[in-house]
Amino acid sequence: MRIDAKGKLFDALNAEISEHNGELEIDNCLGQRFIAAGASAKQVVINGVPGNALGAYLAGATIEVNGNAQDAVGDTMNAGKIVVRGNVGDAVGYAMRGGAIYISGNAGYRAGIHMKEYREKKPVIVIGGRAGSFLGEYQAGGIIIVLGLHKDGKPILGNFPCAGMHGGKIFLRGDAQRVVFPRQTTRRAASPSDMYEISSYLAEFCDLFKINVREFSRDDFTVVVPNSSNPYKQMYVAN
Amino acid sequence: MAINYIYPEFDVIRDPNRCITCRICERECSNGVHIYDADRKTLRADETKCVDCQRCVATCPTRALKIVKNTCALRENENWHENSIKEIFKQASSGGVLLSSMGAPNPLAVYWERILLNASQVTNPSIDPLREPMETRVFLGRKPSKITRRPDGTLDTTLAPQLELETPIMFSAMSYGSISYNAHASLARAAQELGIFYNTGEGGLHEDFYQYGAHTIVQVASGRFGVHEDYLNAGAAIEIKMGQGAKPGIGGHLPGAKIVGDVSKTRMIPEGSDAISPAPHHDVYSIEDLRQLVFSLKEATRYQKPVIVKVAAVHNIAAIASGIARSGADIIAIDGYRGGTGAAPTRIRDNVGIPIELALASVDKRLRDEGIRNDVSLVVGGSVRNAADVVKAIALGADACYIATAALIALGCHLCRTCQTGRCNWGIATQRAELVKRLDPDEGRRRLVNLLTAWRYEIMEIMGGMGINSIETLRGNRSMLRGVNMTSKELEILGIAHAGE
Repeated sequence: MRIDAKGKLFDALNAEISEHNGELEIDNCLGQRFIAAGASAKQVVINGVPGNALGAYLAGATIEVNGNAQDAVGDTMNAGKIVVRGNVGDAVGYAMRGGAIYISGNAGYRAGIHMKEYREKKPVIVIGGRAGSFLGEYQAGGIIIVLGLHKDGKPILGNFPCAGMHGGKIFLRGDAQRVVFPRQTTRRAASPSDMYEISSYLAEFCDLFKINVREFSRDDFTVVVPNSSNPYKQMYVAN
Repeated sequence: MAINYIYPEFDVIRDPNRCITCRICERECSNGVHIYDADRKTLRADETKCVDCQRCVATCPTRALKIVKNTCALRENENWHENSIKEIFKQASSGGVLLSSMGAPNPLAVYWERILLNASQVTNPSIDPLREPMETRVFLGRKPSKITRRPDGTLDTTLAPQLELETPIMFSAMSYGSISYNAHASLARAAQELGIFYNTGEGGLHEDFYQYGAHTIVQVASGRFGVHEDYLNAGAAIEIKMGQGAKPGIGGHLPGAKIVGDVSKTRMIPEGSDAISPAPHHDVYSIEDLRQLVFSLKEATRYQKPVIVKVAAVHNIAAIASGIARSGADIIAIDGYRGGTGAAPTRIRDNVGIPIELALASVDKRLRDEGIRNDVSLVVGGSVRNAADVVKAIALGADACYIATAALIALGCHLCRTCQTGRCNWGIATQRAELVKRLDPDEGRRRLVNLLTAWRYEIMEIMGGMGINSIETLRGNRSMLRGVNMTSKELEILGIAHAGE
């Protein structure tokens, strides 16, 4: 089913989307917020630029955006998949607990903040280009992969990544020598088992965006992990 | 070994004539204060471990025990109080941030105690709640400010979603993790029986408690623990926690040691991993962002549930509340600086925020001045201790009150203020199975129902005395209040006259 979003406000558009399960295609999308918030049983294709909080609390639906997306994509997402053929704004995947977000372009500030995992739920964000400052703050689980395929010559990450990180892993293509990580994290070269862990996500990324896997499969990756899952244990004295 | 500068705070007095060496105290104390001396066949005490929770006192069958304040005292000093000195000892030996539990114990201003209530004499009759109907039911949520008609001329009677309370009191947020399964079960069952609501706090909702969903407020805080589609739809309302009175401006750390078993499952994080709630929501940096979070929750629940935004009472609370009212929230909850906590840095708890009475009065006034008071309901908490506090809060403009410390005291809490240790002997602030089972959830439910039934009756009696027969008529009725021992500025902010005026 096709929905023309032209001239529709977010609540009217979302009411229409919520009434239909299965395959949906939205044309002329222009900044409508909260598309498919909490959705479980649908596949949504969006032509245009969806507004903030696309797929917030997503519970299993699939969203594909042919265009850029704005802030808070996949906020507190629990399951499902979001594919963006373009860039995303700030706070992508905030507090995300499951599912996957694939972005062909760049991500803004605060990507993957407080991502967490639990048992079989392991969230993944793959960013094709570069990520802004504060990537993976308070990260408690899941995997963030930044591929640095951007061509504008800017560094792969902004400033202050991984503050308060206490779980999960971040993968960066290349040696990322210029990036400064906080003391409570460890940076190391990815081992073959690390690479095995992300091989299916890399394959899916390449498949989605028609990139030859071989383009970077032989490149070195850097892995960043926290040193402790209890970073504040020693900070307090009972009073 | 270095000398420990801190002398035990309490003395354990055991009357040898009464003690029958039954060793119940030894079993009841999770702190290991009571020790059986097999050679002498007597009990002795290690008072360094005593927190004065009174569990041993209450369970001693012969009343042989007394816990008293240790009279060993530092030389008196009106500037360097004993506490100030001991806190320095603690920090000098550990290098740690001081961490405390429950509401601030120091003498902060309690304005409830300086406000007096009115009663009818001669010129209008008081009402006896035993023989005349008295309405304590309230509805929380956005109210229409004007009458609208449909195109065919009929009245448009659609209302924003509301919470219906039989008594204007709710149990405020305490997470599963900070308090026990049985404490949550007690609150949930009591809320259901009383026709009110309890609040999950930020720890998610245990699968056993989905059955109480119609009486549950589910919380969304910065850590987003346990937040998912089913959780959001399980409750009667959703509360966004922006702040807490005991620790405005900072986040929370539930230590990994407490993330065990069902707590881990309910929060949906691995066992042993710290549960860190960042200080801000990193997707909320402005009122516009808050509006986005409010509407994302409304969209995800198809506009079926009222959204509450909870903030701590801080200096610019009136402007903040005005912003929240414009963000699309249905209810604003404000938590004052005497509010409780399972753990907060002492300095924050004791120094940050403002009294709820002043915050409430200024918020209610501001919202009325701006013509947006009907757009939101106001719920206040942060040390509401009895029915008179509730009546005063409503007369200052609140729609309902949140209580938590009072509820825990009803469950057996003795305010020993050591929740952060996780060894609560009363089975409340602990996850240890052997301690949790000491709190029987049906007994807990009964005690909570008793408490609020009594408070409800007292509220009706106080209202009746004023000649008022509904909460609706009491709300914002500041002419029923008079102040004593206050400056004219304090009276001005509270919007009440001095006693005698």
